Amino acid sequence: MEKFVRLEGLVAPLDRSNVDTDAIIPKQFLKSIKRSGFGPNAFDEWRYMDVGQPGQDNSQRPKNPNFVLNQPRYQGAEVLLTRANFGCGSSREHAPWALLDYGFKAIIAESFADIFFNNCFKNGILPIVLPAAEIEVLFQQVEATPGYKLVVDLPAQAVVRPDGHGVPFQIDAFRKECLINGWDDIGLTLRHADKIKAFEEKRRVEQPWLFAQ
Amino acid sequence: MSKTLYDKLWENHVVHQEADGTALLYIDRHLVHEVTSPQAFEGLKLAGRKPWRVSSIVSTPDHNTPTDHWEEGIKDPISRLQVETLDANIREVGALAYFPFKDPRMGILHVVGPENGATLPGMTVVCGDSHTSTHGAFACLAHGIGTSEVEHVMATQCLVQKKSKTMLIAVEGKLGKGVTAKDVALAIIGTIGTAGGTGYAVEFGGSAIRSLSMEGRMTLCNMAIEGGARMGFVAVDDTTIEYLKGRPFSPRGETWDRAVAYWRTLHSDPGASFDRVVTLKAEDIRPQVTWGTSPEMVVGIDAVVPDPAKESDPVKREGMERALQYMGLNPNTPIAAIAIDKVFIGSCTNSRIEDLRQAAAVLKGRHVAANVKLALAVPGSGLVKRQAEEEGLDQVFRAAGFEWREPGCSMCLAMNADRLEPGERCASTSNRNFEGRQGPGGRTHLVSPAMAAAAAIAGRFADVRDIS
Repeated sequence: MEKFVRLEGLVAPLDRSNVDTDAIIPKQFLKSIKRSGFGPNAFDEWRYMDVGQPGQDNSQRPKNPNFVLNQPRYQGAEVLLTRANFGCGSSREHAPWALLDYGFKAIIAESFADIFFNNCFKNGILPIVLPAAEIEVLFQQVEATPGYKLVVDLPAQAVVRPDGHGVPFQIDAFRKECLINGWDDIGLTLRHADKIKAFEEKRRVEQPWLFAQ
Repeated sequence: MSKTLYDKLWENHVVHQEADGTALLYIDRHLVHEVTSPQAFEGLKLAGRKPWRVSSIVSTPDHNTPTDHWEEGIKDPISRLQVETLDANIREVGALAYFPFKDPRMGILHVVGPENGATLPGMTVVCGDSHTSTHGAFACLAHGIGTSEVEHVMATQCLVQKKSKTMLIAVEGKLGKGVTAKDVALAIIGTIGTAGGTGYAVEFGGSAIRSLSMEGRMTLCNMAIEGGARMGFVAVDDTTIEYLKGRPFSPRGETWDRAVAYWRTLHSDPGASFDRVVTLKAEDIRPQVTWGTSPEMVVGIDAVVPDPAKESDPVKREGMERALQYMGLNPNTPIAAIAIDKVFIGSCTNSRIEDLRQAAAVLKGRHVAANVKLALAVPGSGLVKRQAEEEGLDQVFRAAGFEWREPGCSMCLAMNADRLEPGERCASTSNRNFEGRQGPGGRTHLVSPAMAAAAAIAGRFADVRDIS
């Protein structure tokens, strides 16, 4: 996993609540057995005027000029700004894969759905929860300021606006450490392999019905 | 100290805990399907890791598989490759049970697990699918995970977790005629909102919940995720234990007795406290129909489409306006005046035998309306299909003008050929009415199986309570 420490990135505003993972990456692209290449189909139904299919040359497809990410000023955005309950619905990790492949490294929202939130950390994306009032200010500033960038400082746990105002955010200590170091979760867990084995053996004796062969 | 059911389930699975509360939880059952596992198997292989305990794995393809013309196999080459990849991966690593495409026991994982007794009370159950919450009906700690976590569970038999807050949703009283578990689920989501359960582990309780069958409880827990809760569960009682008796992977003999003695402890203690308590009166719940593009956008069958002009919150109002535009609906239209194009009875929410019986009871001696282009009945598994056929339900569906299909996820997410065309409106027993969920541009209204049947007959939404 890529490390996440500090980022200064262009911000794209997606002014909707309840953006679900079906919208982030529609089902037809879930047929892939790969982890990469989902970026061109991120938000496919909003982004293009036609119905996308896997394996298509997306550069030839008609784009929806009204969709915010298609506006020239937001090209190259690395920070996605959105409203409440982002990433609700399906557990598909293809959603963070698509966002990362598109170029987003941090997502700022009023709230996130639990499974999506968790999936972000497994892929080096930092999901940041900020109060609704702060989100509202950011939306106003982004829309008023072409080229609007935010600094996301993970060690300091702050989002810094161009006007220098820093907004603090919370993150679990363990998750923060994993992101900053780019640690592989599995490797960390396997340090406890002996404990897992001992737990399992005890369980096998106490609740044998859980171990049908 | 009084403990909640969640406390008990949690404590029974903690392998290790860090100072900040982050814990390693042991996973008893891992359900694996074709869509969210290939990258996990590949990651395992690339890292040179072996699965920790393959006897925890129960697997079947369900999302991509066709529901008709099985003799022709899977025509879509990309879907076929994904299903064949699952075949190959399971062949290589092994599993407690694998039901490949066309196997008599194949079906939707969340139907297959319980009906085979592979879901037992007190288990932790995970799957790369958000509707894993279904298994909470058996007092399991069950939730969806992403593919990285699928790989993590395969490699370590554990998940890194932090304890959630707890919520009790109590539904007290007696459900009215024609009101089902699906209506209860939708009414709850309408009350707490689609993010109301975010961060919570939800226990469903109260007399109306206790009176539900296991099928009904599975429907309810299945929809917990649509209320934002990764997991929802119901305490063990006689209904749970009766259901599990004699199933293929249920314990037997003396082990059964020991298991039952433990299972009987899986309930919240009297006086246990929850972070939030929500109470609904069963008598207030009417048959529900969603009108928008989020499951929280739901009203009773006798209501009208809400008017965004009456919503004071600007973000919410805009969401409502966008939903109405997508759905092609005007404010204040009576729900019962909305005509439909297609009907879908199926999905991990509502494809079990009781669901099919409830729909068939409405359809018996009646026929689908002329304006309905397609009515699909898709049993949740091969076993459900066989049982329904033994009861003659397939004949009722067929005589009414429904297509009687092979099992699978089908039009719930439209990864196979079963889907809506742009602009088509569907009465669906599935779980998500998101934009494009049942096909790009498709318009989904979530209802119970009985209400889907009533809509099929009327050609528009109709109150099942008016049909004798």
